[in-house]
Amino acid sequence: MADSAVTDEPETKDDIDRAKNDGKELTKEEKQRLRKEKKQQRKSKEKNDDKESEKEKKSFPAAAPASQPPTQPTTHKAPPAVPAPAPVPVPASEAPAPAEKPAKSKAELKAERRARQEADRASKQGKKGEVGPQASTSKPKAPPSELQPVVKRLPEHVQVDNPDVLKKLAKKLERQQTDDAAAKFKIPLRLDYGYKVSLFSHLHQYSRKSPLTQQLSIPSTVIHPAIVRLGLQYSQGIVAGSNARSVALLHAFKQVIRDYNTPPNEELSRDLVNKLKPYISFLNQCRPLSASMGNAIKYIKKEISNIPNQCKEEEAKSKLLTCIDCYIEEKIVLAARAIAKYSIEKINDGDVILVYGCSSLVNHILCEAFNKNIKFRVIVVDSRPRLEGREALRRLVQGGIRCTYVLISAVSYILPEVSKVFLGAHALLANGYVMSRVGTSQIALVAKAFNVPVLVCCETYKFCERVQTDSFVSNELDDPDDLIVTRKGKTQLEDWLQVDFLGLLNLVYDVTPPDFVDLVITELGMIPCTSVPVVLRVKNVDQ
Amino acid sequence: MPGPDKETDLTERIEAFLSDLKRGGCGTGPLRGSAETARETTALLRRITAQARWSSAGDLMEIIRKEGRRMTAAQPSETTVGNMIRRVLKIVREEYARSRGSSEETDQQESLHKLLTSGGLSEENFRQHFAALKANVIEAINELLTELEGTTDNIAMQALEHIHSNEVIMTIGRSRTVEAFLKDAARKRKFHVIVAECAPFCQGHKMATSLSKSGIETTVIADAAIFAVMSRVNKVIIGTQTVLANGGLRAVNGTHTLALAAKHHSTPLIVCAPMFKLSPQFPNEEDTFHKFVSPHEVLPFTEGDILSKVNVHCPVFDYVPPELITLFISNIGGHAPSYIYRLMSELYHPEDHEL
Repeated sequence: MADSAVTDEPETKDDIDRAKNDGKELTKEEKQRLRKEKKQQRKSKEKNDDKESEKEKKSFPAAAPASQPPTQPTTHKAPPAVPAPAPVPVPASEAPAPAEKPAKSKAELKAERRARQEADRASKQGKKGEVGPQASTSKPKAPPSELQPVVKRLPEHVQVDNPDVLKKLAKKLERQQTDDAAAKFKIPLRLDYGYKVSLFSHLHQYSRKSPLTQQLSIPSTVIHPAIVRLGLQYSQGIVAGSNARSVALLHAFKQVIRDYNTPPNEELSRDLVNKLKPYISFLNQCRPLSASMGNAIKYIKKEISNIPNQCKEEEAKSKLLTCIDCYIEEKIVLAARAIAKYSIEKINDGDVILVYGCSSLVNHILCEAFNKNIKFRVIVVDSRPRLEGREALRRLVQGGIRCTYVLISAVSYILPEVSKVFLGAHALLANGYVMSRVGTSQIALVAKAFNVPVLVCCETYKFCERVQTDSFVSNELDDPDDLIVTRKGKTQLEDWLQVDFLGLLNLVYDVTPPDFVDLVITELGMIPCTSVPVVLRVKNVDQ
Repeated sequence: MPGPDKETDLTERIEAFLSDLKRGGCGTGPLRGSAETARETTALLRRITAQARWSSAGDLMEIIRKEGRRMTAAQPSETTVGNMIRRVLKIVREEYARSRGSSEETDQQESLHKLLTSGGLSEENFRQHFAALKANVIEAINELLTELEGTTDNIAMQALEHIHSNEVIMTIGRSRTVEAFLKDAARKRKFHVIVAECAPFCQGHKMATSLSKSGIETTVIADAAIFAVMSRVNKVIIGTQTVLANGGLRAVNGTHTLALAAKHHSTPLIVCAPMFKLSPQFPNEEDTFHKFVSPHEVLPFTEGDILSKVNVHCPVFDYVPPELITLFISNIGGHAPSYIYRLMSELYHPEDHEL
């Protein structure tokens, strides 16, 4: 603690000032900084030769800042880094020897990183002579440790254009295996398919025709069969919709826990978490995890690590199973009932309600409202290529509700009849934006133009601490072949892969700005879109 | 006898044209594009002028009006037919006035003073006979036909003034005018086009393949992604089926959403529409504005069990109000939507607005 305080003097002062205003985060930031310092120390130990570290120790008593550049000829590349270590070690010269290493290695690492970044940028500009506004979005992302400590690590699935990240991921997948498994039982890396639109070169684009499970050997000793089945269901779209995916995930984890046996010298709390890691990577490869799944996984990991050491295995397992059941019951089932109760207050007789796509929550609300004998009719809006609205249509018609069905291009024709719009959400972001199925923002836009109120229904477990302002930086690209259609015997886009200059884009999500949304109905009540970070804070305090 | 033969020949041609119009009523558009329809209509009117029996301008106008009413009734959504008829009527009026010797200017300007002082034009009944009228009218119609043939090229010639390099342009569905426009610009500039496919007929696919074959970098997106992608778009260039009298559009469905998204992001919306698409209709005639086609394109018959319990709509057109439009590019240059009413008064005579 003392070392870091001395070497990071100017930054720490600012941090402390900042942290005084938000009291809680001081300790978190300090902890993160500590962790980073340790990581950098470890990295510098790998990079520098032992000789050089010895040389540094020897040259330190000389205390000449000018002598330091010559002792690190191989590692220093960029000239601007040279003056940087000079002033920094001067105040640190009073500090003991180990304190010097973090200061120098940090600056030297910074220099290396800068040089690498510039090399990347130059090579990228040479490779892509692409359109200007799009080139700006494909700039290499700065390695996360250079950013402020508050920002978390960038997930891998939005850094597809960075070859280093891909290599790291491949290595990680290789490493995640049980001790007795041979190297061939590694989790396979899924390959991208087809021509990707340059704006989205940082995202994966998979083909449904080549699922990940084809590359797995049978039997797979690394991955539990329930997880393999789940992964296949995700990648083929059999289980879709954020609630359905979370519930399926939790049930699969319950099965994993039931079948789990603690190895002899390990503790359940630590080993089970490590066991789950390769499963999660595998599922991520099949289909990127949703925000709701991320929150569920965080909860499970926390519960597992909170199991006391002296707990017997059977007891611990049954405790975990009840925890998971509780989570599903509270956060999904009961929350749906509470949201339905609040929403029914907003539905009146004679209403014409517009819904988009298939949201399990919105369907539940409408069926409940119908059972309470409120007279309303529903307009279901659907869009290609997923055509999820047909599923919603079937459920509502089975419930006995009068429905109309249109495609999203006819929305401005049908909106003058509509009195309210109910939308479901995939996640609610901390800056008030609603992340949902692609097309939701369009419906909200047109509804706003016609002055029709837009209500979003979302459980609180889907609230997410990420922020996002557009639909590009973090999205999912679905199989582009889905856009191909055969009409009157002619398929226009059949051989789009052979045609140069032609790309197909099949987005899955988009973000709706908060000024389009009038109300968010959660189980905690009816809140405006901008109150999402308040709810997140309250939840964090509770936990 | 040449007379009756010519007449039966003429009526045959008119009937053939009417049945063509009636058949081209499905959502994928008429059997031929609007430019072709306009040309065929004008050619037919020229034939009527040449072969029908009339002695004065008034008779000719009556015949044209009668046939015109039948043609517009055959396919009300095909407004170019009506537009051409009104153009020809205006031509007849002009030629008549020129033959009579009175200047065209005084006839056109309906000042408040004129309205009060003279019944003026209403007394004019076009009964005078002029020998040269037929030849003049046919010559003027020939000029009109030449103008029609050059519209797409005239519009495409203006492309380089509006598209700069490295732009991202968005369009929806398929418009031959926009296709020619973009291909002309692509000869000199490099840019990227995003095409919204425009379900359920997915005409955007054909547009995308055609553009990519000319070497333009094209991306096809689903209709639902229009707003998501709009933030990276520099311009929106669309075609339309009709330009209405107030400067609004009657365009393929999905265009209103596109226009709203463009307005939200302050992206200019450019409409490429030749002059023959300008129609003196207003959008408030609700019962004739919308056209619906078979909903099996939206919800196919394979979904049989729910079909009987559900209403399905498949509208073909959208109304786009003039506030959302930035610029009209036509064969006579570029105009703001607020100028459309003036163009209309130059093309059509107010008394012909109701055929």
